[in-house]
Amino acid sequence: MRVKSKIADVQQMGRSITRLAHEIIEHNKGAANLCVIGIKTRGDFLAKRIADKISEIEKVKVPLGTLDITLYRDDVRQKLKLPELKRTEVHFDITDKNVILVDDVLFTGRTIRSALDALIDIGRPTTIQLAVLVDRGHRELPISADYVGKNQPTAIKESIVVHLSEIDGTDEILLTEDEDGTGN
Amino acid sequence: MKMAQGIKNLLGLRDLSREEILEILDTARSFREVLERPIKKVPTLQGTTVVNLFFESSTRTRISFELAERRLSADVVNFAASGSSVSKGETLKDTARNIEAMKTDVVVVRHSSTGAPHFLSRLLKSPVINAGDGINEHPTQGLLDMFTMLEKFGDLKGLRVCIVGDIQHSRVARSNIFGLTKLGAEVAVCGPKTLIPNYLEQFCVKTFYDIDEAIAWADVLNVLRIQLEREAGGDFPSIREYRLYWGINRARLERAKKSVVVMHPGPINRGVELDADVADGKASLILDQVTNGVAVRMAVLYLTGVRSS
Repeated sequence: MRVKSKIADVQQMGRSITRLAHEIIEHNKGAANLCVIGIKTRGDFLAKRIADKISEIEKVKVPLGTLDITLYRDDVRQKLKLPELKRTEVHFDITDKNVILVDDVLFTGRTIRSALDALIDIGRPTTIQLAVLVDRGHRELPISADYVGKNQPTAIKESIVVHLSEIDGTDEILLTEDEDGTGN
Repeated sequence: MKMAQGIKNLLGLRDLSREEILEILDTARSFREVLERPIKKVPTLQGTTVVNLFFESSTRTRISFELAERRLSADVVNFAASGSSVSKGETLKDTARNIEAMKTDVVVVRHSSTGAPHFLSRLLKSPVINAGDGINEHPTQGLLDMFTMLEKFGDLKGLRVCIVGDIQHSRVARSNIFGLTKLGAEVAVCGPKTLIPNYLEQFCVKTFYDIDEAIAWADVLNVLRIQLEREAGGDFPSIREYRLYWGINRARLERAKKSVVVMHPGPINRGVELDADVADGKASLILDQVTNGVAVRMAVLYLTGVRSS
């Protein structure tokens, strides 16, 4: 994997998250009936940052959860190795709530498809809205994001790598190129 | 992404490494969460066909496996030896190969002969899961017992587990011993001398011949079912005598540690190995074991089955 360019640094990522929070509040006319759910592994940290930002702006506590979509993947039987199972932790009822689903990168849309199935299995929300840090294009399913941090057109053999200080020690978004050309 | 290793077969805990056991238990925790949802079903094994081959009767294990399979969205075929062509004299080998020829993906087998699942695993391409073979092992029971202890105590290292009853003829005892010792628990057994096998020392298992000593020592009492049909075999003189010397009752339990828990793989002979007020009392984890059994079997099916189809 070769790094081609840095798309965002700490400041830029912080501004994107702040803007996403404001857009979410504006679109939902407040934060009263909102909850934020992140997709593991990086979406859950982003979800926490967005929820904290919304709480800070609106002075209300926003319920926060995490979703593991491994059991819902459509490629689980094609992979050579099994993805390690993580835990879904949504300790509140999402029925009749506006759910903000958060992930780091929107690519084929298959992860989001799995996440929608996973969410609908745990309740019936009023709406599910999608917030992503980067939309890199190349959708394979009819899915689009409601809130986008950055639109970054990419070639299929490129990848977007998001680093978050919670697990990677630093905040940055990188555009990289894979030697094997799979884009994953 | 961190990857799980998966397992080809689950024949016994004796063959698994510490890491493989921990992986199954950790995976089971994810499925335990699924069981708390309003919709207790995930699509993971869609299109996978699981055959439950039960050559020996079972209620809990068979229902538990079937629920686990259905909650993973697998297709399920049940086979019971009675009323099948086994009663016409068909061999285990032929039965299994014929069923596999119908394009099934995973085989769960219970058999009264030790080694039947091992035999099938050499014969079939499908993963084989042992649901109890003779007096050898009952690995998913061992795993669910360990899962239940972990849930209660957080760590198995140094945990004192005493298995009480007919150790000699118990596959549950063997799976418990193999699994628990690999995870660092201290294991002891307690029962009549005629029902204690002589190979236990090599596994660093303590033996108590006095139930009151065992109760005072243990953090966990895993009480086995007395196989009433064995009374005639002369291993112990009478059910009443067994109850008098080895039965767990409230008075005896008062001398145990405050935090002691009582487990039992079922079915219970109430008033023989376990008194009703203990089985239903606050120290009992018996129903937790049953709930956790489904999660543990889902984990085993996930780790063996997901790539078989």
